[in-house]
Amino acid sequence: MKPTPSSHWQDRDFPAAAREVLEDSQTRSNVRHATNVIQAKRDAVTGELPDWEPLRDAGAAIRAHSLAHLDYYLVQFEQACTRAGGQVHWARDAAEANQIILGLIQRHHVDEVLKIKTMTSEEVGLNPYLEANGIRAHETDLAELIVQLGKDKPSHFVVPALHKNRMQVREIFQREMHLPELGERPEDLAAAARSYLREKFFRLKVAVSGANFLIAENGAVCIVESEGNGRMCLTLPDVLISLVGIEKVLPRFRDLEVFLQTLPRSATGERMNPYNSIWTGVQQGDGPQEFHVVLLDNRRSPILGDAESRQTLQCIRCGACLNACPVYHQTGGHAYESVYAGPIGAILTPQLHSMEEGRSLPYASSLCGACYEVCPVKINIPEVLIHLRGKVVEEDQKTLSGRFGMWNLGMQTAAFLFASASRLSLAQSLGRVAQKLVVNKEGMIEHLPLLLSGWTQTRDLRPLPEQSFREWWAERTLQTDAARTDSGAGGQATGRGSSHGE
Amino acid sequence: MESNFGARNAILGAIRSALGETQSAERIAAEYAALPRGYKRHGTLPEQERLRLFQHRLEEYGAGVRRVASDAIGDGIRDEIAGRLAARGCKRLVIPYGLPKGWLPAGFDFEPYGGNGETGVSLGPTALNRMDGVLTGCTVAIAETGSIVLQSGEQQGARALTLAPDYHLCVVFAEQVVETVPESFARLDATSCLPTTFVSGPSATADIEMTRIKGVHGPRFLDVLLVG
Amino acid sequence: MLVSLFITCYNDTLFPETGRSVVRVLERLGHTVEFRPEQTCCGQMHWNTGYLQEAIPILRHFVEVYRDAETIVVPSSSCVSMMRDHYLKAAEMAQDASLRADVEALLPRIYEFTEFLVKKLGVEDVGAAFPHKVTLHTSCHSQRSLHLGDIPIRLLKQVRGLQLLKLESSQECCGFGGTFSIKNADVSSAMLADKVRCVLNTEAEVCTAVDNSCLMHLFGSLHRQRTFVRTAHIAEILASTAGERA
Repeated sequence: MKPTPSSHWQDRDFPAAAREVLEDSQTRSNVRHATNVIQAKRDAVTGELPDWEPLRDAGAAIRAHSLAHLDYYLVQFEQACTRAGGQVHWARDAAEANQIILGLIQRHHVDEVLKIKTMTSEEVGLNPYLEANGIRAHETDLAELIVQLGKDKPSHFVVPALHKNRMQVREIFQREMHLPELGERPEDLAAAARSYLREKFFRLKVAVSGANFLIAENGAVCIVESEGNGRMCLTLPDVLISLVGIEKVLPRFRDLEVFLQTLPRSATGERMNPYNSIWTGVQQGDGPQEFHVVLLDNRRSPILGDAESRQTLQCIRCGACLNACPVYHQTGGHAYESVYAGPIGAILTPQLHSMEEGRSLPYASSLCGACYEVCPVKINIPEVLIHLRGKVVEEDQKTLSGRFGMWNLGMQTAAFLFASASRLSLAQSLGRVAQKLVVNKEGMIEHLPLLLSGWTQTRDLRPLPEQSFREWWAERTLQTDAARTDSGAGGQATGRGSSHGE
Repeated sequence: MESNFGARNAILGAIRSALGETQSAERIAAEYAALPRGYKRHGTLPEQERLRLFQHRLEEYGAGVRRVASDAIGDGIRDEIAGRLAARGCKRLVIPYGLPKGWLPAGFDFEPYGGNGETGVSLGPTALNRMDGVLTGCTVAIAETGSIVLQSGEQQGARALTLAPDYHLCVVFAEQVVETVPESFARLDATSCLPTTFVSGPSATADIEMTRIKGVHGPRFLDVLLVG
Repeated sequence: MLVSLFITCYNDTLFPETGRSVVRVLERLGHTVEFRPEQTCCGQMHWNTGYLQEAIPILRHFVEVYRDAETIVVPSSSCVSMMRDHYLKAAEMAQDASLRADVEALLPRIYEFTEFLVKKLGVEDVGAAFPHKVTLHTSCHSQRSLHLGDIPIRLLKQVRGLQLLKLESSQECCGFGGTFSIKNADVSSAMLADKVRCVLNTEAEVCTAVDNSCLMHLFGSLHRQRTFVRTAHIAEILASTAGERA
């Protein structure tokens, strides 16, 4: 009856999924266009702030502090929110979160609910769960609506439909909204979404949201958005349910002065996004009179215990690392097969599955560091990627197939050779002999076997030269010493061989 | 209330065991106080430049801005409001119940909203949707980001007011405009529990090909009267 | 000054001409170069691929070889970034306090080649001549880990006859990433294709960088496509003089 909730969609590994996307030139060009535009805007509005680096430092420090005392701040939030008329629920995992939310909805005897874009609900698989239980969830964010009506998956957590262009969106809207005459200008498409949803905003009684931030000191919740669909869902219905990861808490209201600067500039390249809503519990005469917060763990707490990768949870979901990532530029989000795509997805997804799924994701990076450079809370993503690669290798080496796999054997051999210079020079000499099998007539390598065949798919390789550097040096030292001896200058040859400048 | 204590205790327990020992509230407060805050917390621009920056930012978002000289408070504001509403073709407007009566020009219908029965009515969203627009004040405004901040109350009303109508006219006084985001938070801190909305231009989306288009669900038209 | 050259394993094996050029430039500037033949590798390939335990003996070996060296010059920003970004962590992982102390003492004496010329020696004009159209690929580690900024450009601008052509999207990775180029060969190749297109658009004769790893990658595609663009480590350009080409 109920689908298995998982933020990781399939077992296909990243290279296989990426190969498929690389064939799709339309998606690639859509992704390329969108990331280029967003990144140029982001660079402009972060570059204009003289205090951008101090803002990043403060953001990182506040998030790290919140995580280091997460139990304290969550309890503080719970008390303050409850005092203000909100109801706080705790969900250990996806199944528990779904059950809680379904129960709350069913109390009001409705079969339709409004939704504001929330990746956390994607993570727990809320929509299919509700659907299976007879409740239709209407996505109200334009991009999420495109994804929902197109029976697609989000490919970016700020701009989930970034892989679609206007013509593709028009096709979906024409079909699903029954608007054969719909135009293709973005304005036409937005207007279609407006009229499609407006009636629902005014009619439906229950809304489900996520949240960008929770404030411990006063129990407030903050949602950052652009279109006003969020405000519609937060203010018009009678009942609001917010599903929020436990890591989203900040100590104080005033901490938002940092994140409401760094988040919009990083996420959409705007100085401020059109709307930020902050509310506390229930306010008489203004907004929903019944308000629930569901705090979701879903394997976040074990990440706190790993000193190296705890910083993963500092993430404020701005998506800047996706837009900056040269791998994401090529593949878009679907290749990650995960709700959380891009560099942050590559570290978050496997950890949310205790390293049992998404094990190819930590390798889906050239470690170029562009993600770390743009991160507004300074998550050292390359460092965490390497840390997680270490865990993958460690696990692999525990299995027979891993221990005798080509990668492990290759790496063990290389480690053996690098342990001493004599082994390395011997390998260099052997390599020069062995490569005769693969060097072509032009003196180039165009085909390599086994593991290395990936290289020669698209790339030639120069063969090893006749003389390594160390051989050249040894020869030169001999000649220099001989010359010195000949001239009777009395060489002061060091054992290591050194050469003097002219 | 059926709070699920089992899950609560399990999660808090898991967090505590992952983090190690829980610190005392004093220790946590001391650590919090020592967090680095090297960013700009105070503006440096003289008043007129600050106001010009605010106007410029709003216009970049596609909002309309009218400046009203501060010596014309009273009739000046009322006349400007009349001018804007006429230009936008608005006749019926909803207003927060506590809006100064002196702002309201003759020749338009103003429906006060909220408060108790004597001061205003409570309209459903569909009725609000049928209004031509909404007229409000604001709590604070931010020059650097072109934002106006509304807090639920007498001059800004419930949040639905500034959401369902398609046109929003907001009166902002020079002394309400701060330069930076941190200065706005300093002013909002005391009333931080009120529902608070930051509005930066008309509602917009960039979800299709990253083209920013004005007007999706929130008001598609925003005008600001900047007084002073 | 006595300079200890850490040539790096792949320059030693695949690009000896880069090492010869480094020696030539440093000697031309009046310095003494020594080569410690016990040297092997910095450990980066193992570390970055997740073979953390296997990397530790390799870097321990590096530290032992260079413990008493005054100044170490490395013609690879990538290997220097391995040392600066990861050696301390590796020492901690090995729970070896004396290794940690050695690393702490050693790190300030390690320089990438162009960084050494400009920051340590204060030299921008090394007396080179290279009458060709050249474009510079800004390698990821040189910009994001070592923060070399315009150091390579300042050196190239002083080279006689050299015409420096701007590379579009020069901040973006070429797709090498060590074992990434094999584990994710398709994505790596797609990244490379974009980079090569930018290189070809410059109409440069030579593409240079401070890292032979990226250049080996670029060369692979430039040669496969039968273009006439050559790749050359920046040391080779700086070693060229009016009379001699590296």
